[in-house]
Amino acid sequence: MSILDLFKRGTSAPVARERLQLLLAYERQSRGQPDLVSILREEIMAVIAKHVQIDQDYLQVSMDRGATMSTLEIDIQIPNKSAVPLAMAG
Amino acid sequence: MGKVVVVTSGKGGVGKTTSTAALGAAVAKTGKKVALVDFDVGLRNLDLIMGAERRVVFDLVNVIQGTAKLSQALIRDKRLETLYLLPASQTRDKDALTEEGVAEVIARLRSVFDYVFCDSPAGIERGAQLAMRFADEAVIVTNPEVSSVRDSDRIIGLLDARTMRAEQGELVQKHVLVTRYDAARASRGEMLSIDDVLEILSTPLLGIIPESQDVLRASNLGSPVTLSEPLNGAAKAYLEAARRLEGEDLPVVVPFERKGFLDRLLGRRAA
Repeated sequence: MSILDLFKRGTSAPVARERLQLLLAYERQSRGQPDLVSILREEIMAVIAKHVQIDQDYLQVSMDRGATMSTLEIDIQIPNKSAVPLAMAG
Repeated sequence: MGKVVVVTSGKGGVGKTTSTAALGAAVAKTGKKVALVDFDVGLRNLDLIMGAERRVVFDLVNVIQGTAKLSQALIRDKRLETLYLLPASQTRDKDALTEEGVAEVIARLRSVFDYVFCDSPAGIERGAQLAMRFADEAVIVTNPEVSSVRDSDRIIGLLDARTMRAEQGELVQKHVLVTRYDAARASRGEMLSIDDVLEILSTPLLGIIPESQDVLRASNLGSPVTLSEPLNGAAKAYLEAARRLEGEDLPVVVPFERKGFLDRLLGRRAA
């Protein structure tokens, strides 16, 4: 740690304020509403399951909330052995 | 008809019980009849902070279950004859409280006392919701720190939705009481400022209690700080907060730390 770092410490309060404002804006809006991410997760799972056999564990849905835009990340892993369409398999 | 004030926070350890004792004693000092009710069933502590731990015979749960009369369970303070404590049960769990039972006890206290302070347990579960259920006003105890402010916001949401007043289309009058405020750290930008907290919570300020050794000493001695050391900084802040709670229009002065030479130097560089 350089001597300059000693002088830089201490201005964390503005970061705290910004993080809180962002978080609370979201929490207030979603208060009393069911969890969006878990609803999306279930519905996406249902759509995929119509066509492909996959395990619950292979679907990851995550959300990163930003001030002006949020990103929804959906990661679906389809193992090769079960990637055969149900119609053909059945 | 007395006023029912819930002292709540969501987060634990921010100073609900200390603030209940200090504010209640401050109001009782003015001659008003005050009851302090501990809602933290299973983890009672208001008796200890009030120095009445050896005088507890009956408690809130006994009264609700009809095994004791309200007058038997109320403990009169040894220092102030207008101050009473209704302790929580230490042996039962929080399910021992029923909404009807709490409603009846609060209604009876309201008819006898000028102020009823309900010391809420931490969290947002049943115990905390029952403590706020019949409140007219709420003191939201908040530390200038991210998790405490977030939890306070959550509690404000509950006060606006789950209280009797909210359900009847009225509002619980809410006040933020900032505790453990360290003026030096705030001025160095290490701690959320009062403006930050008020802007985020958009709730009026009841007072700012500075971080103080006096508060711990008062707890050690089993006396509300407003009784044992009324001239100290934290006690003065509580006494003023109590006057505002009673409706007095008293401006809040943000505690200011006079900076030494080194602080000034460091402060300037940091900004």
